[in-house]
Amino acid sequence: MPISSDKSGLKVWQRRDRNTQLLVWAGWLLGTMVFLYCWRQISDATEWFFVWDAPRIAADIGDRALPPRWAYINSLWEPIWDTLNIATLGTLFALVLAVPVAFLAARNTTPNRYIIRPIALLIIVSSRSINSLIWALLLVAVVGPGVFAGMLAITIRSIGFCAKLLYEAIEEIDQSQVEAITATGASRWQIMAYGIVPQIMPAFAGISVFRWDINIRESTVLGLVGAGGIGLQLQGSLNTLAWPQVSLILLVILFAVLISEWVSAKVRGAII
Amino acid sequence: MSRSSTLHADARLEDLVGSKWQKPPFITSSLLRWSLTIGALVYFVVAISSLDVNWSRVSEGLDRGLQFFLGFVNPDFTSRAVDIKEGLIESVEMTIASTVVGIFISIPIGLGAARNIAPLPVYLVCRSIVAVSRALNEIIVAILLVAIFGFGPLAGFLTLSFATIGFLAKLLAEEIEDMDKVQAEAVRATGSRWTQWINYGVQPQIMPRLIGLSIYRLDINFRESAVLGLVGAGGIGATLNTAFDRYEFDTAAAILLIIIIVVMMLEYLSGIIRAKVQ
Amino acid sequence: MEPNTHPFILPQREILMLKLEKLTKVYPTGDKALTDVTLEIPSGQVVALIGPSGAGKSTLIRCINRLVSPTSGKAILDGTDLTALGAGGLRRERRRMGMIFQEYALVERLTVMENVLSGRLGYVGFWRSYFRKFPQKDVDEAFRLLDRVGLLAMADKRADELSGGQRQRVGIARALIQDPALLLVDEPTASLDPKTSRQIMRLICELCQERDLAAIINIHDVALAQMFVQRVIGLRFGVVQFDGPPEGLTPEVLTTIYGEEDWKETIQKVDEEDLQDDAS
Repeated sequence: MPISSDKSGLKVWQRRDRNTQLLVWAGWLLGTMVFLYCWRQISDATEWFFVWDAPRIAADIGDRALPPRWAYINSLWEPIWDTLNIATLGTLFALVLAVPVAFLAARNTTPNRYIIRPIALLIIVSSRSINSLIWALLLVAVVGPGVFAGMLAITIRSIGFCAKLLYEAIEEIDQSQVEAITATGASRWQIMAYGIVPQIMPAFAGISVFRWDINIRESTVLGLVGAGGIGLQLQGSLNTLAWPQVSLILLVILFAVLISEWVSAKVRGAII
Repeated sequence: MSRSSTLHADARLEDLVGSKWQKPPFITSSLLRWSLTIGALVYFVVAISSLDVNWSRVSEGLDRGLQFFLGFVNPDFTSRAVDIKEGLIESVEMTIASTVVGIFISIPIGLGAARNIAPLPVYLVCRSIVAVSRALNEIIVAILLVAIFGFGPLAGFLTLSFATIGFLAKLLAEEIEDMDKVQAEAVRATGSRWTQWINYGVQPQIMPRLIGLSIYRLDINFRESAVLGLVGAGGIGATLNTAFDRYEFDTAAAILLIIIIVVMMLEYLSGIIRAKVQ
Repeated sequence: MEPNTHPFILPQREILMLKLEKLTKVYPTGDKALTDVTLEIPSGQVVALIGPSGAGKSTLIRCINRLVSPTSGKAILDGTDLTALGAGGLRRERRRMGMIFQEYALVERLTVMENVLSGRLGYVGFWRSYFRKFPQKDVDEAFRLLDRVGLLAMADKRADELSGGQRQRVGIARALIQDPALLLVDEPTASLDPKTSRQIMRLICELCQERDLAAIINIHDVALAQMFVQRVIGLRFGVVQFDGPPEGLTPEVLTTIYGEEDWKETIQKVDEEDLQDDAS
């Protein structure tokens, strides 16, 4: 931190010296320009006539959507069950697959740093980079529309997420405990079962519940691309402009999200 | 109990030698333990059986899956190059603009949602904004906003800004609530105003985290911008959707590869920046 | 238990337990941690390894059970060259060397009993150990050892619920259930208060005597070492500077090990402390 002194010898506190300060200002200027340019492009691509009309349209939609069509709930029970299954089974399968990937990716447990670890990291990054909706889009094309495609999409998307958090947890373990188990003459697998697994169990439980919570949210929209669950009804209602049904579905989704958050908070509290 | 699983303080060696030893179970009540285990198994079986997999359809589709996989090996960047380029640029623009706007709005809301520095009414209002933003999936927000504002990147931009607010404001508020009280009190004790107090007592403590989170959110927003196009909210998702609809898997693979590469670059960049500020 | 001012007099045997021949360790960074360490330890002898931080004490005992691989030289345990072993042979030999760690190194989230039984891992197959189905004789031995170190009632407690002294007792039980011929002890008292330190040192030395175990104890507390062992090895910069009975630790010797300092007073002060301890 540069501290310059003025003529009277008083120290003048400055965060940066002159050149850095200039650089910072230039950075801000550049950033602002980039932002303004982006905004300009978005603005150019927008039909502003519709935007000025938006309050009226929003009010109109609100008018039509309320009150929700409560009777419709009876045709939603099955989609809700499907949604729950997509999220839960997807999370379970993802965890089963994420564990080996995490062990292969962690620096301290990978069998080979130069070949296997990069492959594991590649699996993680590909799985994480692509949204579950896109995976669903692809899987609907491959295995056909339905709950199965949705579950696979959730599984594939969650592998990377879980494996990343898990391998970070593995890299942070206390190595002396592993050393102690090694010193007893334990085999490689025993070292894993006694020295490593107990240490990462809390992280594993936390990650599972955290991801399950996220997956409940994500599985509610998978139906939009035909991958089963309540999103299918949402899509149908939107297409037929049945706004009272849309509002009911949105309420159900909101409710489901609140419940899943509550459950995951409870479970996390119980485990850790 | 025939054999106590928990040892008493007066346990005697003679009693224990020769007796079996078991790890004390995680759930001590055996009734609860068994009902949970059986319940989980029953759920698993029922859930699996309700999956209803059409295996003949799957085996038909495997061919497509193979094509897609081959598409990754031999991606086609050229035949839809113009669409890809325009979609990608639009995605990036949406990402940047929405992240910037989202950060600026989430800072005051994050301050308001921290119980230790905000008065109760402000706290409640800000917390409910955060809760609404977090509860609604981006795609659903995008659908509603497209219905209201029409097709195009504006709806996507608004969706991402809204989602950014919920994400950043919540984490920021938590960071402020966890901050070192002594430092903040020391600044307050100098007789500073509220704004000065925030600037000197709070800001320096949360700044590194704010920068780290913002970059992380930039990364998330880019990923999300890739799907918003599926519902007409602009960005590369529309191009991707078209590619899937036409079964142009090599083009789809090209787009996905671009997304993966951009995300990897952003992650690498954010790693560097976060290491610098922390 | 009677406080003890004199070192334990252990039976001296001619059976050679451990022999180090020109053991050398150079880390990839170029740091020479050990240089040509040559020494012999007969069965049943308890040796204290003293020296300043960074002298190579930890490296030396880790080179013996090969948690660290020595660069050159030999470590021969009961006729077997440890440095030449493959993975399977190394595991078998590690069973004969119990190790006790500075920060206890218990698996914190496992119970005391599981921690003790983990000392038998080298003798039990993977699935048996995974399902915690240890042979009954191992379970009995674990109970006996827990009783011996005074923690029988804690058997089903999780290790992280224990105090430092208790944890180290579990660490001792884990090392002993291996039925070792040699104990490698790395700063057993570094994280403990002075009273607990003495209790732990006394326990280790008593157990060595009971079981006729050879032991190498890394320790930086010279006074504590003098109280309990019959042989001291001083290490500085990875080179053996002193090897002899604790009475031989004169101020001059300590200066060669630790560097210039007023040792006379330190030693005297320690003696006084010792006397006070006896008086109480």
